[in-house]
Amino acid sequence: MSKIKRAEGRAVDGLRPMEAKVGVVPSADGSAMFKIGKTIAIASVRGPRKLHPKFLQNPEQGRLRCFYNMVSFSGSGDRVRPGPNRRTKEINLVMESALAPALNLKQFPNCAIDVFINLVQTDAGTRCAAITAAAMALADAGFEMKDMVAAVAVGMSGGNVIADLDYIEDSAEDGVDIPIAMMPNEGKITLLQLDGKIAPKSLDEALKLAKVVCKKIYDVQRKALADHYTIADEPTKKVTKKATKKAKKEAKK
Amino acid sequence: MGKLFVEERQIVIPGDQLATGMDYLPAGGAYRNGEDIRSSVLGVLTMNGRVLRVIPLKSQYRPRSGDMVICKIAEMTNNVWFAQLTESRDGVLTQREVPEYINDGDDLSHYYNYGDYVLAKIVTATRTSIALTLKGPGLRKLRGGRLVEVNPARVPRIIGKQGSMIGTIKDKTGCRMIVGQNGVVWLQGSPQQEGVAMAAIDLICEKGHLQGLTDIVGAFIDERMKDVTDVEEVSHNDAGKMHADEEQPTRTARPQRSEGRSQRGRRE
Repeated sequence: MSKIKRAEGRAVDGLRPMEAKVGVVPSADGSAMFKIGKTIAIASVRGPRKLHPKFLQNPEQGRLRCFYNMVSFSGSGDRVRPGPNRRTKEINLVMESALAPALNLKQFPNCAIDVFINLVQTDAGTRCAAITAAAMALADAGFEMKDMVAAVAVGMSGGNVIADLDYIEDSAEDGVDIPIAMMPNEGKITLLQLDGKIAPKSLDEALKLAKVVCKKIYDVQRKALADHYTIADEPTKKVTKKATKKAKKEAKK
Repeated sequence: MGKLFVEERQIVIPGDQLATGMDYLPAGGAYRNGEDIRSSVLGVLTMNGRVLRVIPLKSQYRPRSGDMVICKIAEMTNNVWFAQLTESRDGVLTQREVPEYINDGDDLSHYYNYGDYVLAKIVTATRTSIALTLKGPGLRKLRGGRLVEVNPARVPRIIGKQGSMIGTIKDKTGCRMIVGQNGVVWLQGSPQQEGVAMAAIDLICEKGHLQGLTDIVGAFIDERMKDVTDVEEVSHNDAGKMHADEEQPTRTARPQRSEGRSQRGRRE
């Protein structure tokens, strides 16, 4: 099964190359970038702040608001019309419900926590990349979280159960797209959507695969978050290493 | 017997398993999930015997009664002021909680106007309302100086153990300094002194997760103060001239306030 290779020589359970970085938007309370293949999501968190209009305020708990946006040049074809539309409305909703279980919103009555996600480049799997980036940004902002949230799409294309579909696989005739978000330590699913036709047996297989690959994404998240602060102490060391190398070179000359 | 998965001073992220077994205990920033103890924030792990605590790298301000805060008068009605503690929370300051005698029907902006910053104390804090007072040693309107906003998670580091860090900054820069628990810092000195103090605060915020920060900051300020040309005596005279009316009474109150500061530092 794993011998079947996909485009770019990926294995069926292989993810596209990933990259993550925290603190990319200095003006935000917390921010993160997550890149998977050609899909790049930049999330920035602001808040808690007062929720307006006032009738939306809830004295019981705060409200998480997500603002998903594909920037105009993000697609590979025509200009994408940025701003809210039917599709982003749905994605905002599923993102809010995917992230909220990890947060303790009861701490922020009458408040809103805003998460802005901009997709600067897209190649399928945007809502998953957005959730992954948003979870990192929320952790970076210092919010209390039960667990991180890692998201990935699994599905079927060409009769195989595969992980992390790219645009060609996603839009194929027999393509099945299942975006899944999970709390990796809790082992709980917070987002599960299904687009396409799939046999129950294959769905089980896909969900099992999702659990495995979500852990991989989680590892990238944790490395980015921990490195952001451990690397911050390093510069003195790095400078000295470089300095010693330079000194050695000069000595040789 | 329980098992520990992390080391002291390690950086942990939300959901990280810190330990397993009932002989370990979760404190702030950690929670128990069945047998496991997990982190609930991004922060640095500290252990005190079998108590595991995660000190957050950033956080949101949670008002508690007794906190000294620096807040801005944002709104007022016929008989109360509303002061902004953070972007999301307002405190109520009633007429009877200010030291001035206010005649019936007086315009409140005559005493504390929109945009004024005050050093106030939280009397009570509930989930939805905060009551403030200006009656107490050192509590007053802040005149002159400048304000720096920092993340509330850094406030204990800016104050330091028993006020060591704030003492270092005050002594070495010659600035007057008040740290509100809500993350607003007030500084007053000559422009260059204020600049050095602000840079020191930035440094603390940036390197707040490191150990031995007081020494680093001390050395940093010493280095920066070499370039300061408007010398201490001159600036003190300036301050005296500019705020003569305010300086006199507060000068006697100052040692008292700094005592209060250090006590707060200890509690943190």
